[in-house]
Amino acid sequence: MHVVVCVKQIPDPAAPAALKPDTRTLDRSGKLILDDSDSYGVEMALQLAGNVEGSEVILVSMAPGGETSGLRTALAMGASKAILVSDDALAGSDALSTAKVLAAAIRRAEPDLVIAATESTDGYTGTVPVQIAELLDMPSVTFAKRVTTDGSTVTVERQTEAGYDDVESPMPVVVTVTAGVVEPRYPSFKGIMAAKTKPVDVLSLADLGLDPAQVGGAGARQEMVDVADAESRGAGEIVVDDGDGAQRIVAFLEQLKVI
Amino acid sequence: MDAAELDEILRTVRAFVRDRVVPLEAQIDREDEVPVVIRDAAKEMGLFGFAIPEAYGGLGLTMTEECRLVFELGYTTPALRSLFGSNNGIAGHVLLEGATDAQRQRWLPRIATGEVVAAFALTEPEAGSDPSGLSTAARRDGDGWVIDGAKRYITNAPVADVLMVFARTGGPGAGGISAFMVPADAPGLRVAPKDAKMGQGGAWTADVTFDAVHVGPEALVGGDGGVGRGWSTAMRCLAHGRIHIAALCVGMAGRLVDETVAYARARRQSGRPIGAFQLVQGMVADSVTDLHAGRAVVLDAARAYDEGSDRRVAPSVAKYFASEMVGRVADRAVQVHGGAGYMRGMAVERFYRDARLFRIYEGTSQIQQLIIARNVIGDAARG
Ligand SMILES: Cc1cc2nc3c(=O)[nH]c(=O)nc-3n(C[C@H](O)[C@H](O)[C@H](O)COP(=O)(O)OP(=O)(O)OC[C@H]3O[C@@H](n4cnc5c(N)ncnc54)[C@H](O)[C@@H]3O)c2cc1C
Repeated sequence: MHVVVCVKQIPDPAAPAALKPDTRTLDRSGKLILDDSDSYGVEMALQLAGNVEGSEVILVSMAPGGETSGLRTALAMGASKAILVSDDALAGSDALSTAKVLAAAIRRAEPDLVIAATESTDGYTGTVPVQIAELLDMPSVTFAKRVTTDGSTVTVERQTEAGYDDVESPMPVVVTVTAGVVEPRYPSFKGIMAAKTKPVDVLSLADLGLDPAQVGGAGARQEMVDVADAESRGAGEIVVDDGDGAQRIVAFLEQLKVI
Repeated sequence: MDAAELDEILRTVRAFVRDRVVPLEAQIDREDEVPVVIRDAAKEMGLFGFAIPEAYGGLGLTMTEECRLVFELGYTTPALRSLFGSNNGIAGHVLLEGATDAQRQRWLPRIATGEVVAAFALTEPEAGSDPSGLSTAARRDGDGWVIDGAKRYITNAPVADVLMVFARTGGPGAGGISAFMVPADAPGLRVAPKDAKMGQGGAWTADVTFDAVHVGPEALVGGDGGVGRGWSTAMRCLAHGRIHIAALCVGMAGRLVDETVAYARARRQSGRPIGAFQLVQGMVADSVTDLHAGRAVVLDAARAYDEGSDRRVAPSVAKYFASEMVGRVADRAVQVHGGAGYMRGMAVERFYRDARLFRIYEGTSQIQQLIIARNVIGDAARG
């Protein structure tokens, strides 16, 4: 079974972030690391692959400047190889062009199962995985909190507001997993050393047979027209306990209709 | 190892320490036990063998690399480091420094994975600061040996599979000592109940007694050539171990500074954060300065160790300075916390107790002073 995981390499969220003044998109020119929300997908993929003999976990990523450090983290966790699409023409990509590029790369890996996070930590559009499914003509199951597979079908517990749905789908299929559903493993030191020698196939748009006019900034149909500061929240109300603290908390919670 | 790999390793260990171990610190101290899940995670990660060469299944970090790793480990309870401290450190190094290649092949790969836990048994009830006077004895018995005696405060003895035991095979003094690898289940070897300690809950020590313990010829570290070489092996292990402990002190000081600064910002008196008072600022500045100095001393000693230019004075300087330094930093951390710093449940109260050990084991501060002074003064130091 080929399990492909879409992984995004993003600027370290712990470091201060900046927007590029011309495009109003995130400045990704510094060092990039594995998006934390993708570590759940990688973990899920490794667990599923571990249960079906002869399986392999393949990473697919699109990043500027041939960046591989986030991929190395996921390879150190246990993925066996990676495909990285890196091309100057991809600057300014919107969600759909990103999906087109990733779909073309994923197709090369002949996937039985494609796993992605529900959304990235730095972009939050949450649209790329389902676009990929559409482009690859595969079904998609979103918000998975539990996934099992026998290599030909997947069974998914799909998180809903009220609880969860049991969904079964033939493969190949795209599944998006929510953060926190599995405990991502820490890469072992051996894994980190081995990751250095695992293959990372770096591809350009030409390698994928994609037309630069259709993707990247040139093909983007989405434009960031304005960015505004989020409205700052007013200070909360401080209640001094004059012996009626408990009643006031109850009254407050009642007003919120949570009790 | 290249810089990117080391960075990745440090980032992984940092995340593990801060996300997984820090939240369990208080429990580890209270229950005097590191949870099995933490031990297993440490094993899987490779923490039992970071200082053991790659040829024997470890990571083969240089002293400098090891110090940077230990800075990260020191950020939480020292009980974490203690799980695998003896494997990488003093006990594993007995084999690296003194064993035959066959002995290394037999033991080190299992020590590096944590399958085997090794302890270092030098100290005795009557021989602590001056272990050259130790009285545990090994006498020849056919082609093997019989060991009789007692060891004290042996870290990891309650969980060890093998103990590196220093015993007298010859006349008095340092030249009569040899090192033996003794399986913990050897008949006649008894590990006493674990000691009740001031701090470092979760890290265990115990007395070990040897009552006519028979071992084969393969137990003598270094084979036949190992007779009388125990002392020099022990001293070389301690040189490495002292820099390691010094790095641990720096890691803990880093945590204490973070706790101190956070409290100085958050705690208010007279309507202002206590960090606004210059006398509190003075304590914070002194601790930050101590931390920087400690880190520099340790990295300098590690560099000299790696170059081979100084494995005598610098390890003692680093251990002496860093252990005293973290004592001062812990003391100020409690002071900045006021009454809260004296209460059980506060991290600084726990670290204050934990830090006290560093001035005592692997050579007290006084012993480090003697080593430093004797080495620089030379013959005149002996009058
Ligand atoms: C928690 C813990 C873990 C330990 N783990 C291990 C272990 O794994 N393996 C092991 O072998 N040992 C271990 N030890 C033992 C440790 O190394 C000794 O306790 C230490 O070396 C001091 O020896 P002592 O306790 O006999 O003190 P003593 O030697 O009796 O010292 C008492 C005091 O006298 C001072 N003193 C002694 N001699 C001199 C001198 N010549 N000049 C000036 N002052 C002097 C000392 O500095 C100290 O202040 C451990 C100890 C502890 C507390």
